Order: sequence, then structure tokens, then C-alpha cells
Amino acid sequence: MKVLKIATAGSVDDGKSTLIGRILYDTKSLTDDKLEAIEEKSRQRGFDYLDFSLATDGLVAEREQGITIDVAHIYFSTPSKSFIIADTPGHIEYTRNMVTGASTAQASIVLIDARNGVVEQTYRHFFINNLLRIKDVVIAVNKMDLVDFSEEKFNAIKGEIEYLASKSEYKGQNLTFIPLSALKGDNVVDKSDNMDWYQGETLMHHLERLDADDINDESQTRFPVQTVIRPKTEEYHDYRGYAGKIYGGDIEVGDEVAVLPSLTTSKVKSINFFDKEYQKAKRGSSVTITLEDNVNVSRGDMLVKVAEQPTIAKQLDATICWMDKEPLQASQRYYIKHGVNDAQAKITQLKSIIKTDFSGVEENPSELELNQIGDIQLKLSKPLSFDAYKDNKSNGSFILINPKTNNTVGVGFIK
Amino acid sequence: MSKETIQVDALESEAIFIFREVVAQFEKPVLLFSGGKDSITLVRLAQKAFYPAKIPFPLMHIDTGHNFPETIEFRDRLVEELGVELIVRNVQDNIDSGRVKEETGRYASRNMLQTETLLDAIEEFGFDACIGGARRDEEKARAKERIFSVRDDFGQWDEKNQRPEVFDMLNGRIDLGQNVRVFPISNWTELDVWSYIEQEEIEIPSIYFAHKRKTFVRDGMIWSADDAVVYRDEEEEVVERMVRFRTVGDMSCTAAVLSDAVDIVKVVEEIRDSSISERGARIDDKRSEAAMEKRKQQGYF
Ligand SMILES: Nc1nc2c(ncn2[C@@H]2O[C@H](COP(=O)(O)OP(=O)(O)O)[C@@H](O)[C@H]2O)c(=O)[nH]1
Ligand SMILES: [Mg+2]
Repeated sequence: MKVLKIATAGSVDDGKSTLIGRILYDTKSLTDDKLEAIEEKSRQRGFDYLDFSLATDGLVAEREQGITIDVAHIYFSTPSKSFIIADTPGHIEYTRNMVTGASTAQASIVLIDARNGVVEQTYRHFFINNLLRIKDVVIAVNKMDLVDFSEEKFNAIKGEIEYLASKSEYKGQNLTFIPLSALKGDNVVDKSDNMDWYQGETLMHHLERLDADDINDESQTRFPVQTVIRPKTEEYHDYRGYAGKIYGGDIEVGDEVAVLPSLTTSKVKSINFFDKEYQKAKRGSSVTITLEDNVNVSRGDMLVKVAEQPTIAKQLDATICWMDKEPLQASQRYYIKHGVNDAQAKITQLKSIIKTDFSGVEENPSELELNQIGDIQLKLSKPLSFDAYKDNKSNGSFILINPKTNNTVGVGFIK
Repeated sequence: MSKETIQVDALESEAIFIFREVVAQFEKPVLLFSGGKDSITLVRLAQKAFYPAKIPFPLMHIDTGHNFPETIEFRDRLVEELGVELIVRNVQDNIDSGRVKEETGRYASRNMLQTETLLDAIEEFGFDACIGGARRDEEKARAKERIFSVRDDFGQWDEKNQRPEVFDMLNGRIDLGQNVRVFPISNWTELDVWSYIEQEEIEIPSIYFAHKRKTFVRDGMIWSADDAVVYRDEEEEVVERMVRFRTVGDMSCTAAVLSDAVDIVKVVEEIRDSSISERGARIDDKRSEAAMEKRKQQGYF
């Protein structure tokens, strides 16, 4: 069955956790024991309604403070599709967890509290959605019950977001605006009786219609080699299989391929998956490939079709989202992980900080702080084979790792 | 030889990708094998990831001594077939030496005691990556887990400070003394696992299928009365019922469910229509709302 991955975004208390709980409830995805637990807790806390955020806020600290700290992955399905929704935190200090949840999403729901309208975190999250180039974005104007289901309020917010979208560099995005009440259930799964002026679909209806195939990933074929399989048994004495996952496009037996970065060429001899051989494998498949010639291939190398080569360079320009308390500064050194390939990287330039309200950049800053987004240039200890993020998401992104702490400190999008 | 086009299913492809990352990034990985359906599924995925080579790491079972006999038989047959190494470490040894104290009474369970034995074994063998079959849909603290989850020497999970995990890049860099818990089927649901077992025709222990068993009822749950391991009050009446198990943890904390599902097709149907979650039959989670999170902080699977 197809799986659609959806991320939520929005400021604290805009109702993300409540919305997910409501979706689970209205699609009958909450099992009896989980529902009983929510009823019981809601009663204990003296609420006269069901506090659905209790379904997703899984950490003690979260329930104590009534906030979401880290991403929760929630699973449910309807007859037509399976869904994974990432419930993400709204606080600015947990933006990195929001990026974590959104990076693998094919669609995103940005919640806005109808009373407050577009606030700083809305800008930031909308910006990150654009940076990640998430194809389908729903702007869910929530808590409509608290603004008398006002069409004017809804239209004002819609206008503001449309204006922001007009300034975004990413033009391929489908924006959908839905007025709803997560708490009361209006336009979540069932159509609201309180907003006759809204002719569009309910949120669930909309999500059910979205294509689970990640069309964003359609591009040139990239096959980063994770490991070389050498059984060294009698039967498979000379077997050298290159294990990896196919990104971008398909691979077929007989394809002429180049091994990067060495640029030696060969032909695909066989495509294996477990104990079977195939003529062709589609993108997204983890398979094992053998080549006609005995060429030198090891982990981190990449197989591509001869006519579809990426950039091979020891330097790159990127936009980076910083995720560490210790700020990024020019001339610092990090490990870079580009897909399954590792190298060292030195920040040669911190060019600018990008303002997440789409109002421009700050040139030549001295450092990039936690949760800030900026443009940098990197020098690499060895050549990497990469694409621009806009052409190939998996081959156009990387992470930086602090060599002192081993923590993942930034995520980069190659220009 | 079949010469067609293949599209590996997204969840299966992701799990295989994760297994290969583990082997490439760590020196001494181990697969934590309980004999349950999730770890059996892991074994099949590991086989697929490295075929035609053998699975390049051992399996380890932390044995509470309270396992269903069917599970142990099954385990031994599986490792024999695969030709992989099996390490067994017993909770009983720590009880005998007095390092840990066994609970007694109504809800007594050795489940918590596994943590101590696991941490000892990690240290004994110097494992730097422990692969487990936990899934995010099981429980709400587990819904917060990363795929590579870093633990310190005490096995502790620092849940408020997890590494960001973006796209499918997995950062396995750790300091000496740290280790990583790896969860290749994080994104699978219970139904996904059962459907996969059906599709792949994977063999699983017989207790997963409906069978007649002597049982008694306590707190609305059905317990096995076959064995001395599960504590039973005199007045709790033993009745033979048609039941099966949805998870096979320690016998003392795993309740059975009434079921007519005698084969895999029926089990998949039953799971699809079920209105109770899998861990609803685990008394260890019912101890408190935060039971799982607390156990994880202390180094549990
Ligand atoms: N009146 C009203 N309250 C809502 C609605 N959605 C959420 N809330 C309340 O807003 C508060 C914050 O919700 P929560 O889901 O925790 O927000 P999050 O921080 O975005 O996850 C809770 O008290 C909810 O009950 C809504 O549609 N209407
Ligand atoms: Mg929340």
C-alpha cells in the first residue's frame, strides 16, 4: 500500500497535536484502550472535552508542560491509503525537530490560530517548507470556533500567506487553504455546518487525494554504494555486489554506468534483490548491482548513467539550517555526510543570514546561530558527486557533524 | 531466473537501507532477537540486505527464563538454518548472583530485569550497535524514537536531546562507551509486519495462532495457566479457551486474546479489524502512563 508522509508545522498552541488526535479519532484509528486512556486523563485534568494532544505528546516532560518537544510519528490508514503524520514542536528552540519531521514529508500542514493570524513561527515554518521544496502545503486556519467562523478572518490570513508565497523562490508548490476547528472537528474529517461560505474539501478529503508517489524525487538516476557484498563462498566465489538504494530514476541491466568520482565506466550486469534477478529496478528500491567489469568500487562511490553526470567538486555552495547551540562560524571544520558518503568540510565563507519572513538577507554576518538559516561555502577534503537540491533532493542535501560532540549540527541544501 | 521489473516496497527498502548503514558504520553490531514476530521480521530483512552473503552479525537473546517454550524451539531452529551465531544471556544468572532482585506477587515480571543483563552483555562483547524491532506505532514514547538512537554507558536515552535525523542520512558517530540502538522497522505498523509475514511466507512460532490453552481471567485480561511462571490466586478459575498471543514477551506480562485465527490469513484479517492496540495486552505498559519512557531512560530495548 502507498504511504503518504505528512509533516505538521505552526506555532505553539496553534493546535497541531489536537488536530492529529482529532484525525485519529474521526477516522476511528484510536484503539479502544488508547481512547479510554485519553478519556480518563482528560477527566482527571478537569476538561469537559477530550484532550487529543494526549494521544501524541508521548514524553512526561511534554505532558507536564502541555507542549510538544520532539517529533512523534503517528500512523493510521484509510481504505485507500496509509499515512504517517509527524507531530512537530512549535517552539522556536525546537525548530530542528520540526525540520527533522518535515525533511521526509511529501506534504505538510501549516496550522495558524485564526485569532492570532500569521506570526513569526508561521513565517519560519512556511519558509522551511519552501526551502525543503515540499510539494503540497495545506494552510489550516484553526480555531475557527473562536472567531465566530468568520470568513473575513480566514480571507485575511489567506491573503497574507499568498503574498509570502509570491516572494518564495520555489514556485512549484500547491497551496490549499482550509478553515477548521481541530477541537470541535469542523472540516477535519467531516464537513462543517458552521461555515457555509467555504466550498472546498475537508482536510482528510484533501489528504486522501494527494499522490503518495514522491514526484519530487523524479530526476536522474543516482546509486550511492553503501557496502560491497562479497560472500566468499564457493558458489559465489567471484561475486562482488554493490548494495545501495536507487534514487532519482530507474536502473536496467545493460545500462552504461560511470563510477564516481573515478569516472571509470562499465555496464550493469545484473540487478539482484534477495534470491532473484531482475531486468530493471525502479527508484526507491534497495537492491544489489553487479557490473560487467572488475572495476574498483567502494562505499561512498556512486554509480550513475554515463549520460547523466552530476557535479564532481571539492567545493560547494549551500543554504544551511543551523541546529546546534554552538553557532556556525567561518573557518570552522566539520564532518560532512552527503548521503552515505563522508568527508571533512571547512566553512570557507558565511555569506549571509536569510530572513525567514522573506524580507531579504543580512550580508556578511559573523556567525549563524541555532535555528538560523544562511548561505555558506564549503571546502571539502575529497571530491563529492552532488546535484543541486532543486534537481535531486537526496543527492542535493547533506548534514554537518561536529567532530567534538559527534552531534548533527546542520542540514544543508546544495545550490 | 525472473527477468522483470522490481519496485521494492518503501518500508522494506528503508529497512534494508538501514541494515546496510549499520554494517558500514559500526564495528560490532548485534541483532537483539526475542523470538517474537518483529525480530523474526528483522532477521528476514537482514537476510535480504546482505544476500548472497550471510547475515554479518550475531543474534543475541536476553532470556528471562520465562519464555514460551515454543519460542525457544523456534529460535534454535532459525539460527541453525541461517548459520548465524546466537548469543544467549540469562536474566536468571543475575538473579542467582544476587545482582538483581526478582519481583514477587500478582504482577511479578522479569521484564525490567532484562535491562541489566542487556547492558552487561553490551559491555562484555563491546557491541556498538544493537538492532531492535521496536516500532513507533507501538507506544507513544516509542513514537519519539530516532532510527539511530544514541545511548550512554548506562544505556540511557536522553529523550529531550535527540540528534536531528534528516532525510535518510544516519549519523552513527559515537564516543567511546556510547552505543547506538537501531530500529530498522520504526515506520512499520503492526499490520505492516503481519502483512509482510504473510506475503513472504515467513514461519513464526505457533503461539501466534489460535490454539486451545488453559487460562484464567484477571482485570479483564486472559492469562496462561499452563505454567508456574504466571502467578495465579487460588480463586482465579482455570478455563480452557481458544486464544492466541499478539506479542510474545515474557510470559508473566503477556496476556492472550480470544481468537479463532488459526492461520496467517486469518491473523492479518483479525489485526485489520482489531479495536485494541497490540500493547493493550502488555501489563508492563499499564503500570503507569510513562512506563515505557522510564524503562527506555534506563536502557531498556
Ligand atoms: N477552541 C479551540 N481550541 C483549540 C482548537 N485546537 C486546539 N485547541 C486548544 O489549543 C491548545 C493547544 O493545542 P495543542 O494541540 O497542544 O497545540 P500544539 O502546540 O500546536 O500542539 C489546547 O488547549 C487545545 O485544546 C480549536 O480548533 N478550537
Ligand atoms: Mg503539540
